Amino acid sequence: MRKKITAMVAAAVSATLLLAGCSSNAAPEATGSANASESSDEEKVLNVQRGPSPETIDPALNSASDGSNMIIHAFEGLLKFDQNNDIVGGLAESWEQSEDGLTWTFHLRPDLKWSDGSALTANDFVYSWKRVADPNTAAPYGYDLLNIVAGYEEASQGNIDALQVEAPDDNTFVVHLSSPCVYFDKIAAFAVMVPVQQATIEAAGDSWATDPATYITDGPYYMTEFTDGSQIVFEKNPYYWDAEHITFDKIVWHLIEDANTSYTAYNQGELDIIKDVPTEEIPTLEGNEEFHVEPLMGTYYVTFNTQKAPFDDAKVREALSLAIDRKYVAETIMQGTYSPATNFVGAGVSDAAEGSSYEDVTKEKYGDHFDIENYDANLEKAKELLAEAGYPNGEGFPAFDYLTNDSGYHKAVAEYLQSAWGELGLTMNVNIQEWKTVTADRRSGNFDVARNGWVYDWDDPSNMINLLETTNGNNDGKYSSAEFDKLIDDARNTTDVNEHYDLLHQAEQVLLKDAAMAPIAYYNEFWLQKPNLKGTWHSPYGYWYFMYGSLE
Amino acid sequence: MPKYIAKRVFMAVITAFLVATLTFCVMNMVPGGPFLAEKAVTPQAQAAMEAKYGLDKPLPQQYITYMNGLIHGDLGLSLKKRGRTVSDIITGKFPVSARLGGLALIVAVFIGVPLGSVAAFNKGKLVDNILVVLSTAGIAIPSFLSSTLLMYVFTTKLKLLPSLGLNSAPSYIMPVIALALYPTFYIARLMRSSMLDVIGQDYMKTARAKGVSPFFIIFKHAMRNAILPVVTYLGPLLASLMTGSFIIEKIFNIPGLGSEFVGAITSRDYPMIMGTTIFLAVFVICMNVVVDILYAIIDPRIKLK
Repeated sequence: MRKKITAMVAAAVSATLLLAGCSSNAAPEATGSANASESSDEEKVLNVQRGPSPETIDPALNSASDGSNMIIHAFEGLLKFDQNNDIVGGLAESWEQSEDGLTWTFHLRPDLKWSDGSALTANDFVYSWKRVADPNTAAPYGYDLLNIVAGYEEASQGNIDALQVEAPDDNTFVVHLSSPCVYFDKIAAFAVMVPVQQATIEAAGDSWATDPATYITDGPYYMTEFTDGSQIVFEKNPYYWDAEHITFDKIVWHLIEDANTSYTAYNQGELDIIKDVPTEEIPTLEGNEEFHVEPLMGTYYVTFNTQKAPFDDAKVREALSLAIDRKYVAETIMQGTYSPATNFVGAGVSDAAEGSSYEDVTKEKYGDHFDIENYDANLEKAKELLAEAGYPNGEGFPAFDYLTNDSGYHKAVAEYLQSAWGELGLTMNVNIQEWKTVTADRRSGNFDVARNGWVYDWDDPSNMINLLETTNGNNDGKYSSAEFDKLIDDARNTTDVNEHYDLLHQAEQVLLKDAAMAPIAYYNEFWLQKPNLKGTWHSPYGYWYFMYGSLE
Repeated sequence: MPKYIAKRVFMAVITAFLVATLTFCVMNMVPGGPFLAEKAVTPQAQAAMEAKYGLDKPLPQQYITYMNGLIHGDLGLSLKKRGRTVSDIITGKFPVSARLGGLALIVAVFIGVPLGSVAAFNKGKLVDNILVVLSTAGIAIPSFLSSTLLMYVFTTKLKLLPSLGLNSAPSYIMPVIALALYPTFYIARLMRSSMLDVIGQDYMKTARAKGVSPFFIIFKHAMRNAILPVVTYLGPLLASLMTGSFIIEKIFNIPGLGSEFVGAITSRDYPMIMGTTIFLAVFVICMNVVVDILYAIIDPRIKLK
């Protein structure tokens, strides 16, 4: 009997071992993910932490900033941004637009190559742009980026050759627009608009972007490993036109979701730069040279359901908005990782003149809408407005819900708002739902007041201001103003850059006066970076540029 | 026996079918959809994506399409990890979780069973009391706490073990311990109480009276009867260990299957929700069949019908 049991145990053990053994083929092998400290002299390796695995790194399908950040290291489009966030030539050496602003011509650099060594021509752009418009690709940004290109409507129905993009010769790419767009150069620099290789994609299908063998790129790096949930490895692309200026031989993107794990690994020297820092560590990190905080183009705001009484009354909305101590929220509740909002459009967004800031122009022309230094006066004003609206001391004001999900500072902000609006004599209930539920309810108008926020897709204030346009899909509060809609429409159709910005400034003022929403804070991005990492930069788009950096 | 297995397989298919149907219904009742994002995609893009993945069809038709695919072994495409099939994701990540879970199971059984037996044979003595306290703690400590503590001690303070991934043998140590902690002590407790039952039986007294050595008493006479409750527990335990733990994977940054279960639901990745749920259901069913068969081997009095 004993023999039998021993045999049984042995069988069980060997079965498990067998299972473990079999599985090792499919599991990630030790990849020599070199520690930062281990990196040898010959090979310069950067170890970067990113959130969880990107949903996709197919440029056409991506809509997330982590994905975009990897894409800008692997691909390059016609144009790109430099360290000052100005547009410079990417694969295009020069470009011009016609007098009427409807035709944009890009001249490519000579002898461009893919990472597999084959030639890249203007026809690759034709294919790639049509692919973004193709309904079979189902690119999330297809409409936003290409709807101004002539023939998009028809192309998006399936006849992709209707899209008015052409390659008169191998080095010239021409785009015909259906209406002028003063920021079309920024669209041409967008990470979705990079070229992708037709032959590979047609052979491999949608899965081309998940396999290093088929992930053919044209930018500074190409992919050598993709282990879902673990890491993505990029190595320097020798065929990139500007390869001589690319410094790191290898970038390892460590896909770490947990902020504490990433923080531990950073402190162990396994990572050179981490994006996810545990919020509870922030107070101890402030003032530390490794801790960086920089603007990210975006605004955290509160949406009122303007179709529902009493939030259909601008005075009520303004009263609620003024009762918020923005400075306290941004600096104390959000631990300084956000900046208090004084208007709707914040730092990092440019204005008409090269290198100018939209926010500065607003301050100069109109001043700040919210005086964040004078909270007591704001609160008094709020009480007056509420009385004027017919609710002195909040009497007769119905109890209402504030809809939010529980992540980041959302819950803490909700609890603050509850007490701040309590000061006005109002009863607000915090309604915490799971994220998708919040999004669904907010979009369908099933809320009173809700948390909201927006990070810009490209550097133009219209990207934020347009959110309140009557027909905008993100106009969750269903705000509607004919005056505002007209300003937005004019700004969209003008060919004059100065006029474009001027109209947008006016439109923003309409929103603020009408309290169409209550801006609370501007986004920042904070991260930890080893002091010996030099020459990299962060852009207000939420991207880091690592390709020219070095570890000293 | 073959008849029994055939019957169980038939039941398994029915159960899997019910699980699939129920999951499909519940999943579609939850608000929000896979393409609903903080940034509204344009109606055009939404429509294009829904058409591409067949979500524009009425639900009954989607159900039939899905079940038809399932019968043919096709779990469909992930809606979130675009370009990847659900089968690819599961077959890519399951081995990682299975290896970790398999190791944790070995640890749990080979430590838990002797521990429980020793405690039972020393009932009321110091060893037993220590083990009772230890096992209570082992069961009560949640895995996020034990994982974080392990990481704090062995990585941050002692700098002995790597914090990330599964790139080397030492990197398995902390996740396996964290994963095995609960089942080890649970098994120890099960073993202790069932061993105590067995020890009280007449045949044990007889054996002792005959002068059989304690080692023989434990392993020949007591163990076989006492281990049955543990074997019962092993089926579901193996299934849960091998399909990964969301928390432990997150803390040690392990590319396992556990996080896919949770991620699929939060992102409303319908084919992924279906795929992972059906996979887990089938796995649990199989493990239960294996356990039933093991019963018959360990205790010939049990007949499989």
